[in-house]
Amino acid sequence: MHELAVTESLLEIAVRHAQENNARRISALYLVIGQWSSILDDSVQFYWDIISDGTIAKGATLHFRRVPVTLSCLDCGQEYQPTSVELVCPKCGSTRVKVKTGEEFQLEAIDVDE
Amino acid sequence: MPQRIPVVEKILSANDRLAVENQSRFNAANVFAINVMASPGAGKTSLIEQTVRGLQGRLRIGMINGDIATSFDADRAQAAGATAIQINTGGDCHLDAVMVQSALTQLDLASFDLVIIENVGNLVCPADFKLGTHKSVLVASIPEGDDKPYKYPGMYRGVNAVVINKIDLLPYVPFRMDFFKQGIEVLNPGVAQFELSCRTGEGLPGWLAWLEGQVKEFKQA
Ligand SMILES: Nc1nc2c(ncn2[C@@H]2O[C@H](COP(=O)(O)OP(=O)(O)OP(=O)(O)O)[C@@H](O)[C@H]2O)c(=O)[nH]1
Ligand SMILES: [Mg+2]
Ligand SMILES: [Zn+2]
Repeated sequence: MHELAVTESLLEIAVRHAQENNARRISALYLVIGQWSSILDDSVQFYWDIISDGTIAKGATLHFRRVPVTLSCLDCGQEYQPTSVELVCPKCGSTRVKVKTGEEFQLEAIDVDE
Repeated sequence: MPQRIPVVEKILSANDRLAVENQSRFNAANVFAINVMASPGAGKTSLIEQTVRGLQGRLRIGMINGDIATSFDADRAQAAGATAIQINTGGDCHLDAVMVQSALTQLDLASFDLVIIENVGNLVCPADFKLGTHKSVLVASIPEGDDKPYKYPGMYRGVNAVVINKIDLLPYVPFRMDFFKQGIEVLNPGVAQFELSCRTGEGLPGWLAWLEGQVKEFKQA
């Protein structure tokens, strides 16, 4: 379980950006989590409620945007979503592919009150 | 009036910054560092023991072991001839840069050529937490099955070498090496791969030569 470490990091980033913008309160956080990046489960919200208490982010809502994996074939250009038993290009069988989406692990934005 | 502020910052940015500091400490002491990751029981400690023995008299090796509760693995590395210290993560499923930073205060870095960090046995979390090592190595093993790159792609994406351990068990366990390697090729094209057995010693020389070459290259840079 590393949701606690992740939650602490989130709080630090959100508060820093809010302060840089002279905000008094953070009301929402927007997270972007790719399917191939870390697994984050609902316990993030649980930890969040505890560690944001007493901060300007108390009570803020966490919004998760989950991004599926998209691969793009470097040989034939096909874009596809891999399965748990197949990664190669389904059209031409190439192993030369690029990961287009699915590795995001970011705090994209926050909502604040001035 | 609520207002939206764009942030676009990696969630583990604080850990990333500390990892950069750790790497500066390794660099200042002219020590090459690697992060060894794998599922529980794949053979991380066995590989480290064999590496310490195989490079005896050639490289001075320090070892940092992350374990949830015990010091068995650090003791094994010590017995093989390394200076080893233990970090008990207290239940955490991975090492992070803070834990390594505090471990570094207990090691006389300048007395080593190579520091090997054994991460906590886990195929998901350790990949996200950079430690500040120069290279990372994933140890896979035959009994785990040939589908692991497909199930844990995040782990295979970022590493610099994949060690395929326990090849002595190939006659007894179904394992499609082609399928396994095809997964690796898609996820991490051209990554160094070593098929070996820590039990019989088969394939170890190739791994040792690669590692020694990496250390030499680092020291010359
Ligand atoms: N047959 C066979 N067994 C091996 C080989 N390498 C390691 N083992 C065995 O696999 C088991 C686990 O090895 P360890 O080196 O402790 O694995 P580890 O990854 O450090 O395990 P944790 O630190 O507990 O996650 C031990 O019983 C080893 O003897 C090998 O090449 N062949
Ligand atoms: Mg071990
Ligand atoms: Zn194709």
